[in-house]
Amino acid sequence: MKYSLYNLVKNSFSYHENWEKAWSSPDLKPEYDVVIVGGGGHGLGTAYYLAKEFGVKNIAVLEKGWIGGGNTGRNTTIIRSNYLWDESAALYNHAVNLWEGLSSELNFNVMFSQRGLFHLAHSVHDMQEITRRGYSNYLNGIDAEILNQDQVAKKIPHINVNGRYPVLGALLQRRAGTARHDAVAWGYARAAENLGVDIIQNCEVKGIDISNGKVVGLQTTKGSVKVDKVGLVPAGHSSVLANMAGFSLPINSVPLQALVSEPVKPILDCVIMSNSVHVYVSQSDKGELVVGAGSDAYNSYSQRGSFDMIEHMMAPLVELFPIFSRLKMLRSWGGIVDVTPDRSPIIGKTPVKDLFINCGWGTGGFKATPGSAHVFAETVFRGEPNDIAAPFSLERHFSGALVDEAAAAAVAH
Amino acid sequence: MFIINCPYCGERDQTEFTCHGEAHIARPDNPSEISDEEWGRYLFFRENPKGTHFERWTHDHGCRRWFNVMRDTVTDQIIKTYKMGEAKPEISNE
Repeated sequence: MKYSLYNLVKNSFSYHENWEKAWSSPDLKPEYDVVIVGGGGHGLGTAYYLAKEFGVKNIAVLEKGWIGGGNTGRNTTIIRSNYLWDESAALYNHAVNLWEGLSSELNFNVMFSQRGLFHLAHSVHDMQEITRRGYSNYLNGIDAEILNQDQVAKKIPHINVNGRYPVLGALLQRRAGTARHDAVAWGYARAAENLGVDIIQNCEVKGIDISNGKVVGLQTTKGSVKVDKVGLVPAGHSSVLANMAGFSLPINSVPLQALVSEPVKPILDCVIMSNSVHVYVSQSDKGELVVGAGSDAYNSYSQRGSFDMIEHMMAPLVELFPIFSRLKMLRSWGGIVDVTPDRSPIIGKTPVKDLFINCGWGTGGFKATPGSAHVFAETVFRGEPNDIAAPFSLERHFSGALVDEAAAAAVAH
Repeated sequence: MFIINCPYCGERDQTEFTCHGEAHIARPDNPSEISDEEWGRYLFFRENPKGTHFERWTHDHGCRRWFNVMRDTVTDQIIKTYKMGEAKPEISNE
């Protein structure tokens, strides 16, 4: 059923009790052409683009938990593309271009809001960094404005630019913003199922069958399945799945936390990021402040961060916005992020034939969801990455051609 | 993992410490002879296990010395801490 004004009115006559389910729960079939492991935004999107743009008919997405319950529903929903290096700019801007049409493409409101993102600078070095990155963005066709202190004070309500670490300026990307993260997973799931994709929830992959160096099947908690091609999109568990297939990855999995405040009336109409004092904050449409910061430094699969990180988030927030000091924080949660040495993702082939991987998005995968899914679908279909995905191969860790966004923009995503 | 038992100072709060990743990684003896792939594996590739992990920590806000920790990455429970240079403890299958 198409979501439309007509159907909204029609369903109101039956008190909205007869809407069909957005996606069903089919049984696992014994054989698929393509199986995507991981039902987050990136995985569901991959299945959607494989079905829509490449005409693949027989696809399944296997999800260990439930749709929207993993990292897709655990991030701070920030979307931007103002990365330094050409390779990242191409990838993340591809995503922003797709974000702009996503709600109508999926016939599902993902609440993409291009409210603008300010990346704050607190020192001469920070000003140099945002100036360098801003000009790099210009050259790559990405919108960027370099603002001074007065402009920041005028544009951002209630900000304290004269704190212990004064705000000297900011890099503004107006096309950046936020989206409702679980709606992205739901929208892709619904649109993919409409194209015939089987979405199998509560189905964990326990083993990967390989014959003569080629992937041939998967062992799951719902039985075994024969496959022609497999795409691994298992954020938080990339190394675990790679080990099942007999190879290792340049990845450490660490906890990343976020938290939300009690809801208040509209007070912050943009996204704020600061690498130096390290906090990022925006206000959701419900009115909650959504706050994030750095990840913990130790490996963990616990989906729980350390207490002191919460203080590290709150201290700079209150320093930048003294008006928030009396807000109560309602909830905090953690996700597990797969961090690569250069803070860039790994998209492409693996040592196993017809087994592809899309992982290592670290702390910033949500913003890339449509772009990542789109280029990975082409990678899985053609067996080779396209021009946008090619620089993010696993081989870059042997050739040394790292896409080093870690050094380029500190680490806050 | 709120309290970490430093082998030199005893039990201290976790916030005094920093984790520095996987332990027991030996630098290749012959760096000029090994292939790019072997060098890449030494520099970047990690075990990242879901389960028992051996890792290096420093007691930054204490004795500032390095030591090793054996920890479960699912529960974050520390199984053992031991000094640099000591042998890797066995993983029991209990």
